[in-house]
Amino acid sequence: MAYSEKVMDHFENPRNLGKMDNADGIGEVGNAKCGDIMKIYLKVDDGIISDVKFNTFGCASAIATSSMATEMIKGKPVEEALELSNKAVVEALDGLPPAKIHCSVLAEEAVKAAVADYYTKNGIELDPEIFGNGCGSDCAACDHCG
Amino acid sequence: MKTIYADNAATTAMCPEAINAMTDCMNNIYGNPSSLHHIGQEAARVLTAAREDIASCLNASPAEIYFTSGGTEADNWAIRNAARLGKLKNKNHIITTAFEHHAVLHTLKKLEKEGFEVTYLDVHSDGYVTPEQVAAAIKDETCLVTIMFANNEIGTIQPIAEIGAVCKEKGVLFHTDAVQAVGHVKVDVKEQNIDMLSLSAHKFHGPKGTGVLYCRKGISLLGLMQGGAQERNKRPGTENTPAIAGMAAAMKKACAEIDKNAEFVSGLRDKIIDEVLSVVPRARLNGGRENRLPGNVSFCFEGIEGESLLLYLDLKGICGSSGSACTSGSLDPSHVLLALGLPHEIAHGSLRLSLCEYNTPEEADYIIAEIPKVVSRLRDMSPVWERIMKEEQK
Repeated sequence: MAYSEKVMDHFENPRNLGKMDNADGIGEVGNAKCGDIMKIYLKVDDGIISDVKFNTFGCASAIATSSMATEMIKGKPVEEALELSNKAVVEALDGLPPAKIHCSVLAEEAVKAAVADYYTKNGIELDPEIFGNGCGSDCAACDHCG
Repeated sequence: MKTIYADNAATTAMCPEAINAMTDCMNNIYGNPSSLHHIGQEAARVLTAAREDIASCLNASPAEIYFTSGGTEADNWAIRNAARLGKLKNKNHIITTAFEHHAVLHTLKKLEKEGFEVTYLDVHSDGYVTPEQVAAAIKDETCLVTIMFANNEIGTIQPIAEIGAVCKEKGVLFHTDAVQAVGHVKVDVKEQNIDMLSLSAHKFHGPKGTGVLYCRKGISLLGLMQGGAQERNKRPGTENTPAIAGMAAAMKKACAEIDKNAEFVSGLRDKIIDEVLSVVPRARLNGGRENRLPGNVSFCFEGIEGESLLLYLDLKGICGSSGSACTSGSLDPSHVLLALGLPHEIAHGSLRLSLCEYNTPEEADYIIAEIPKVVSRLRDMSPVWERIMKEEQK
């Protein structure tokens, strides 16, 4: 199992690392039992993600995918952030080992969870087509760590 | 950037004595030990000398030494053979521990599918089994007790002589996977009542891909493979003469210097353990401090994950491991740490450093300086640590 240079770069120098006071949306997904938790903070101005921060507990690929996902949504309209797929994150990192693909899924989920929190705080109804799928941190239903 | 190699439980750098023995063999002794001409017989003499040296390090006789491709083959062979002998007597019960190496555990899992019953003894929170547990678990159907000499991840040394005595008294075969012990702590098959023992050369500065099964005289041993008459008809295939010569040279040196090395290496170990535990909060040592391999340091740091810890340390030049190298690729924390009763979230934050006599006090100081920095860096970005700190403030 070897990581790409891009993964190692984002692991070594994570972008948008940190916490945020007065965030407009916060999403946390994952489970310490499975070994990874991602927390993403959004600042939204006029429907645009003006700032984003993340905190992650997890392996190198969990840190790198969080970092890459935040970079990919920063400066974008909120709706566009919802279109971020785990596949796009993997591609942007020049690939992940098969056992680590779930980290990219988690990154996608974390972004969605942060947007969902932003929508909820602003009285915007959640579209079940977008927010209804995924693991939704339902750890009881997850067989990822057996 | 300097490199500090602290992953000697995974494998070791070869010692000059082993390299010299191997290159001499490769340069000059190319014969097949089974050939009757003088070129072949030169190679046969290398094998004989290696067998004698290895036997004497273990207090065994040369006829009890079988060369294998390493520890895994020796483990498979010993266990399969004991199971075969058990079956002949309608005995289908095997006793082991919950934290054996996969070479043992997976062989036993396979035997379970073939109808054997396996008892996995609890290793308690400190990583030791007791002879009393073994005695209590033995029943009429027990054909084998297989318990590792020392654990590869947490370094705890088991009471092998006492367990061997229990087995001897009850007439049950006793095998020990001594891959982590040989060359580092005293191993004496007679004094420690060992019937079968596995060892691997690359754990004591010998070459990879070679090892030994010791099988006490009087135990019927059948080969796993069919082929030529090598190793007294037990293990076919032309012997890897250079590797065997290298293994013998490394073992001779390791056993001759065992006390000196153990004293030096355990000094480095204790310094790292004491200083890291005193500086880093919510850190724990895995495995008891008494009866511990001289080079083993195994920590769990709450709130962080082991792989990222390992890779950040690697960026600082420090090579360690998180759980066993064989465990990587799996997403679950190591079965050894879970066997100690650690919860998953704490077991994920494990770090093993395994030292040897090539490490220096300066390297230990560097490790002691860098670990707290890397742990802090990861904790600063960890939502789990954030939660732990919030709960602490309450």
